Formats: sequence, structure tokens, C-alpha cells
Amino acid sequence: MLSKISLRAKTLAMVAIMVSCSCTGDILLSKGMKQVGEVSFNSFGALASTFLQIIGNGRVWLAILFLSLYTLSYIVVLSWADYSYVQPVAAIGYAIVPLLGYLVLGESVTMLRWAGVAFICLGVLLITRTQPRTTEPLP
Amino acid sequence: MRTFFFLCLVVFCGTGGEISITHTMKRVGEVKSFAPRTLLPLLWRAFRMPSMWLGVTLLACSFYSLLTLLSWNPVSFVIPATASSYAVSAIGAKYLLGERISAIRWAGVFLVCFGVALAWAGG
Repeated sequence: MLSKISLRAKTLAMVAIMVSCSCTGDILLSKGMKQVGEVSFNSFGALASTFLQIIGNGRVWLAILFLSLYTLSYIVVLSWADYSYVQPVAAIGYAIVPLLGYLVLGESVTMLRWAGVAFICLGVLLITRTQPRTTEPLP
Repeated sequence: MRTFFFLCLVVFCGTGGEISITHTMKRVGEVKSFAPRTLLPLLWRAFRMPSMWLGVTLLACSFYSLLTLLSWNPVSFVIPATASSYAVSAIGAKYLLGERISAIRWAGVFLVCFGVALAWAGG
């Protein structure tokens, strides 16, 4: 199935899955931990109670699912593409988060952050113009 | 000094871990299908290789160092400070994995480094 798709298309599709899963997982984890409240290290009992709250939280489990999918897709894409291609291209997530914050949530974004987003997009665009794989399979 | 030490741990352990996992996956071969009967044996083979576990251990060290740094410093300092990992990764990929990095890719990597640092510092 995968062998019929071009190297560039399947690499970029996997990076899109990675970035989506990572962003969704981070947001769910953050919301889940906000529900749990501040982690207390004052006593073993308090820590155990917090731990039980964490493992009983549905959002935390959903976050773990998305972050596991992120890890799996990262491992899979590294089986065919260069590490030096995948890793910086996945940084597009840092550009998407402020963009979504501005467009969906109406958050204000500073000029410096917009400049950062522009540099990331330009960098990713340049990298995607190179060959996704420059090495031969190892014996 | 301790912040600098943990920054180095985040960057070098993170890069070392990902390089180790890339090496493992290049050795087990390309994933050609997402069908569980194809994918699961391949992942099983990968997780039986010591280099995969070395990678996982290094990534765990990097993650806990990152959490430690975040407990001392604001995220607007930590993320820009660790943005150099993109350049370190490219150097590691060139010399340890033998990847050929063209001038265009180098330029892209440095723009991403600079962009990540700027986007977070400007938060």
C-alpha cells in the first residue's frame, strides 16, 4: 500500500499526522492536568491521591493515546526518511499553534512571534524542496 | 551553571536518542504497510535491538531534564534555548547516520532554529 505512494507524499503525510497528534495530545494533557489540579509532593498520601486522579482522568488517557500515535508515526517515518528532514519539518507545529490561537481562539500574537512563524515556514519550505531520503537501507 | 548543564542534557540526549532510533529503524527496514500483521513484527524486531532501548533511555533522560528546566525557568526561555537541537541533530545526522545534507537543507535547518527561538522568545 505505502510502496505505491511517492516518498515525498508519504513522508509529508506522516509528518502531518505527527504534528496533529502531538498538538492534540499536548492540549488534552494540559486540560487534563488542569482538571487534576496542582501536583502535591507534601506527603506520600497526597502524591498517591494525585496519581489516582491522573489515571482516572479521561482526558489524560486520550492524551496518552494521541501522544502514542505521535511516537508510532515518528518511528514509522524514520524507517524510510532522513532524520535531518523529518525533525525540522515537524517544527511546523510551532508555527501552527500561534496561527490557530490567532484564527480560532482570537488570541493576540506579538510581531516577534509572527516573525518566528514566518522563519519556521520559510525553513520548512526550503527543507521540503530537498530529497526526503539520502541514505541506502542498512544491511 | 546547572541550567546550562540541563540544557546540554536536553539537546544532546534528545538528539542522541532520536539518532539511535533512526539507526534502528533503518536497520529493521522500511515500513511498507500499516496492516498489523506487517507492522507489529517489524516493531517487535525494532524493540529487540539494543540501539532502540538506548534511544528510548536517552529520550527519557532528555524529557526529565526538560521537565526539570521547566520547573526552574519559564517556557519562553527554555524552548528558545533548546532550539539549537535542530542544528545539533543535523550535524549528528550527517556524521553518525551518513545523511547528505545539501546547502538548501542547512539553510532550512538554521531558519527553523531561528524561527523557533524567535516565536517562543516573542511570546
